[in-house]
Amino acid sequence: MSRKQVHLAAHFPGVNNTTVWTDPRSGSQIDFASFTHLARTAERGKLDFFFLAEGLRLRELKGRIHDLDVVGRPESLTVLSALAAVTHRLGLAGTVNATFNEPYELARRLSTLDHLSGGRAAWNVVTTSDAFTGENFRRGGFLDRADRYERAAEFVRLSRELWDSWQPDAVLGDQAAGRFLGQDDAIGTVRHRGAHFSVEGRFTLPRGPQGHPVVIQAGDSGEGREFAAAHADVIFTGHGSLEDGKRFYADVKGRLARYGRQPHQLKIMPGVTFALGDTEEEAAENAAAIRRRQVGPQTAIAFLEQVWGRDMSAYDPEGPLPDLEPDLSDGVSQGRVAIKDRAAVAAKWRALAEEKGLSIRELVIEVTGRQTFIGTPRTVARMIDEHVQAGAADGFILVPHLTPGGLDEFVDRVVPLLQERGAFRADYTGTTLREHLELA
Amino acid sequence: MTLHLAVALDGAGWHPAAWREPSAAPRALFSARYWAGLVTEAERGLLDFVTIEDALGLQSTLTDAPDERTDQVRGRLDAVLLAARLAPLTHRIGLVPTATTTHTEPFHVAIGIAALDHVSGGRAGWRPQISARGFESRHFGRRDFPPLDQVLNRPGGADLSADPHVRDLFAEAGDAVEVARRLWDSWEDDAEIRDVPTGRFIDRDKLHYIDFAGRFFSVKGPSITPRSPQGQPVVAALAHARLPYEFAAAHADVVFVTPHSAEQARAIVTEVRELSADVKIFADLVVFLGDDAAGRKARLDELDGAELASDAAIFTGHVRELTGLLLEWQSAGIQGFRLRPGALPYDLWQIASGLTGELRARQAFRSRYEAPTLRGLLGLPRPASRYAEAR
Repeated sequence: MSRKQVHLAAHFPGVNNTTVWTDPRSGSQIDFASFTHLARTAERGKLDFFFLAEGLRLRELKGRIHDLDVVGRPESLTVLSALAAVTHRLGLAGTVNATFNEPYELARRLSTLDHLSGGRAAWNVVTTSDAFTGENFRRGGFLDRADRYERAAEFVRLSRELWDSWQPDAVLGDQAAGRFLGQDDAIGTVRHRGAHFSVEGRFTLPRGPQGHPVVIQAGDSGEGREFAAAHADVIFTGHGSLEDGKRFYADVKGRLARYGRQPHQLKIMPGVTFALGDTEEEAAENAAAIRRRQVGPQTAIAFLEQVWGRDMSAYDPEGPLPDLEPDLSDGVSQGRVAIKDRAAVAAKWRALAEEKGLSIRELVIEVTGRQTFIGTPRTVARMIDEHVQAGAADGFILVPHLTPGGLDEFVDRVVPLLQERGAFRADYTGTTLREHLELA
Repeated sequence: MTLHLAVALDGAGWHPAAWREPSAAPRALFSARYWAGLVTEAERGLLDFVTIEDALGLQSTLTDAPDERTDQVRGRLDAVLLAARLAPLTHRIGLVPTATTTHTEPFHVAIGIAALDHVSGGRAGWRPQISARGFESRHFGRRDFPPLDQVLNRPGGADLSADPHVRDLFAEAGDAVEVARRLWDSWEDDAEIRDVPTGRFIDRDKLHYIDFAGRFFSVKGPSITPRSPQGQPVVAALAHARLPYEFAAAHADVVFVTPHSAEQARAIVTEVRELSADVKIFADLVVFLGDDAAGRKARLDELDGAELASDAAIFTGHVRELTGLLLEWQSAGIQGFRLRPGALPYDLWQIASGLTGELRARQAFRSRYEAPTLRGLLGLPRPASRYAEAR
């Protein structure tokens, strides 16, 4: 196999306006059947893993719970553990916050998932800095940005110590000899004293099938990249475009040597959206139709309010941008990544609206990002392969816009073409996620 | 009058040497396949539910430290995730994992159990458990606990209920269950509206902040998880004394008690009933079944080098005799039993095929599952959201 292989993952449609719930084909966001359908579709397509996001407090806009996007989801690892029963090879990646969890408990849950899935567990490490989310937790409060990554790094290091603390063949189970544990020191004692954690004791689980579950890092900041270079097996990023992707790829892979790691030991997988059609024109029409659904009239106003920092519900979303300055005081949005430099963003948006004569809704459709890959299945397969061969990514995390059928067409029509190009596996060759990702 | 029947699953069974029985699979205890075999067997027997034991530390023969034994089972999977792994493989049986309240985040536990209810279609329960052990607290390093052996050896004896530290842990557990129930109620059943004209996915007036503030933590809410099929999953508590009886009466739907005779059962039922008219009272029993039950237990005792000690009564004998005992205790007011198989899977086979058959022959056990949810099997109503009622 000489051609560099593409890695693909499936993101369960999330709680933002990428997910189109107004489509008549849109199904439940909470029924296990929806998760099963998407995961089984991903496995049918031989994808590397299935991905669940997390948010530990419902988002708010203008002091009230944001009601325009999908709201509500189940606890990630619980659903993934259930999915382990209805899939056989697919990796199962859960986002779990390092700020509002404790290493002993979370390392144990992740190891459990690895055991119960036969080596398919992955942990997407995220951190939170806001006191807003902290209000749901006993540890409450929040950390400075730098401290969050420090805590996350210590969290991962300590988790690895716990995962390593049983001897590889600790469980002997020799009935005749009466040895459940093979050696007197089968279970080591972990003694950790750091800036954020102080843990002493023995772990409750043997090493999992993967040894360590796959660690994913999401985020593009300098601290995030450095964290990924030091600790992660996969980085989940933006940077879906070719040039941008190449710069990011070179930057992150270039950081690995500092930690004694090889380039192939960290897989770079941007999150991407897609729109397909039988012809290029049809694909473009489909993409535009999806964008209009993703940015409904009320959503357009909500986006505007996040930048302008004020109530703008009185304006017509199909009308022009009002002549109104942004309120730069507190902001109206809670529970999502804050927009930096709202004054500059507002000025840019206004210039664009005036230049192109866009309504509020058209403007928001324009500025909030169209699909990454638009085209016929053949075009999309070619683009994906080209990105990987050109060193802009190791693969992609696909974000469908529909639950639960949003991956069907991709798996039925794009995956076979990637396989035809020799860029994607025809079948799983290993049983663990580490093997799928060529990390083993 | 039928009775309820549950099985308590833990490792290779409740005897420390159970993993050495011929039917045991000691090397498979951390595999999904092993647990799938157990729970499907329990479902074949039409049992109400299985419980899954758990703790945030290793099993030990010492009161408050890990031991150096290599001849007993050590290690456990996270019980909530294990229950979730088993949910798609079963259809009607309830799944009741243990989760500690002492070192965990109530918010995480609540959404985990709610997720279990979603993936199982309404068959989730939760057994909240405190951890008073100092060695477990050192796995978290956030609170200093007095060594438990010191607590037990205080003047006045081993009544943990009187210890202020233990009382605090129960109070905290009570708050944790209260927070979980509020979070489970924090989405009204019909909160998701998908109203295309107004662009609203939810009616946010039907989502509620729980605003819990207590001595140990505060939680704002609402839950991130929509209301689950049972509304509130079933909460079950193990209780041996007044303080846990009070905890169970105030916070649980089911209480597991540990009488050692019909008279004791009657006395406990009287005491619990004074505290709660509604809680379902189950008695726990460790059981060794079959023709050679006593011989099997004796051999395991010998292998372990000690006679089995248990908080619950230990029964050895034929399923016919056990049937008689269960019916006798039932007439003392016990509504169901949580049987702890001495060895797995052997004693579970005996329960699922033998015992249920005997009970059925006396019209004392179901011949088919009569409801799709655990609440339905237990005859517990589905609660309305407290916030919907208040509106």
